[in-house]
Amino acid sequence: MNSRIGYVAFNTFREAVRDRVLYNLIAFALLLSAAAVLVGEISIDIERLVVVNLGLTAVSLFGVVIAIFMGIGLVSKEIEKRTLYTVLARPVRRWEFVVGKFFGLTGTLVVNTFFMAIGVFLALLYVAHTFQKADLWVLLALYFIVLEFLIVCALALLFSSFSTPLMSAVFTFALFIIGSLADDLRGFARITHGTVGAFATAIAYLVPNFSALNIINQAAHGFAVPGRLILYDTLYALLYSAMAISGAVLIFQRRNLK
Amino acid sequence: MAAIEILDLEKTYQVGFWHARPKLALRPLRLTIEEGEVFGFLGPNGAGKTTTLKLLMGLVYPTAGTARILGMAIDDPRVKAQIGFLPEQPYFYDYLTAQELLTYYAQLSGVPAKERSQRVTGILARFGLTDSARLQLRKFSKGMLQRLGLAQAILHDPKIVFLDEPMSGLDPMGRREVREMIQQMRNEGKTVFFSTHILSDAEALCDRVAIIHQGELRGVGAVAHLTSQAQQGRVEIIFCAPSVPQALASLGVEARLSGDMVNAVVEEDKQEAALEILRRERIRLISLTPVRSSLEEYYVQKLQPRGNGKGAGA
Repeated sequence: MNSRIGYVAFNTFREAVRDRVLYNLIAFALLLSAAAVLVGEISIDIERLVVVNLGLTAVSLFGVVIAIFMGIGLVSKEIEKRTLYTVLARPVRRWEFVVGKFFGLTGTLVVNTFFMAIGVFLALLYVAHTFQKADLWVLLALYFIVLEFLIVCALALLFSSFSTPLMSAVFTFALFIIGSLADDLRGFARITHGTVGAFATAIAYLVPNFSALNIINQAAHGFAVPGRLILYDTLYALLYSAMAISGAVLIFQRRNLK
Repeated sequence: MAAIEILDLEKTYQVGFWHARPKLALRPLRLTIEEGEVFGFLGPNGAGKTTTLKLLMGLVYPTAGTARILGMAIDDPRVKAQIGFLPEQPYFYDYLTAQELLTYYAQLSGVPAKERSQRVTGILARFGLTDSARLQLRKFSKGMLQRLGLAQAILHDPKIVFLDEPMSGLDPMGRREVREMIQQMRNEGKTVFFSTHILSDAEALCDRVAIIHQGELRGVGAVAHLTSQAQQGRVEIIFCAPSVPQALASLGVEARLSGDMVNAVVEEDKQEAALEILRRERIRLISLTPVRSSLEEYYVQKLQPRGNGKGAGA
């Protein structure tokens, strides 16, 4: 990695840590502990299913909220507070700044997810008393959640490069909701025709397909996930986020920092 | 080689959302600053000073024209390693300590890893921030932040330093400190380009100044030249006497008695007559100096609307 990108990324990570973003881990730990104790008391034979479902959903939601709320301020906050001026007056290209910010935010989320994953596995150990081979699919589901974060971060950064933080949050959250229903949207597109059908198809393929990245249910039931899906989803997430980041760079490159 | 060449740089912003209309921020500006100069860019608020600096820093893009720094185009990445910039009312990452901020900026500026720590320690000491090195910036006073701003601007030993209103909002001690730091930069051979509307600072520090108003360059020249050019054809005579001699008063001088000293201002053509009176009355002459305009008078002249007929000089 270009060293300047690395420096910007590290500073973004440091900002997140100092702004106590990782404090969400406490809320997550409390939620999961309570859930583990509760399902241990009331459910029979489905403790694992409940803990995996609840744990992974919480990992995903906590991460998406952080990605949106940090991502929307990544560029706009720097412009508003004018901290950007002394950075761009140095030999830092605008694209390096944007890419560095992206890596810093995704790095924060990876670290956050790592600690949450430990929490999920501890809760699993508490309810099942042992690890199973099927728990590997939980790891894979966590990897898919990280891929989901890549896209959400890139979108938040894209909107942040030209819009206000509030509008960026609205746009990103709306895309996250629509993207989570992408499979349904594609189904709807298949059964409609004419202009509406063409429009629905265009939207269905344009929005990020978060439903393809959601394998929480398979992981909870211990169902195998085909290798091809892992490859395709990885490529899809990388390409989609690369395109969103490229858009952010193109917009930011032309922007007058008034 | 010129340090900075501004070649018809021009900026127009589009304002308004639905009905965007052009707002001229800077009319074509042509200016050359030589290496080693301390150059003052003067003008009232909203004159176009910050816009010019932002154009030179590549923070906004020109509508027309171009600029060269050390012979290179301003978008040439090599330029950025040779310049330092202090924005107006600087705001830094307040979750960092002074040491962390300077280390981060040293990294971005390409200061070699081996030298980084020493450079940061040295610059903190030079700007009197050693004791606050590990303090988060959110706990810094305005004066400390301004010193840190100057420190970050010269951290990487640039050849040219751009300062946007460096004395703005500082108390007299803070202003004095900043003045001394700019003097120090001059002694090190750096070119300093700074914008200000505090004329006494510009008069004390600058080799040359330019005056800008409503986005238009109104005058440029050496401070000494501009002030002498605007002198008013009068002399100031200071002498020892218990009162203003009657003969002198009849010449139409403006005299002011202070203790046993008299300060009298007389038209140049009456200078000899006044001196003859002092000789005749055996009055001890202390000094005789031409009355010079201050930079303020020149500045006020240049800010008059065009065609007011009072414009002088460059």
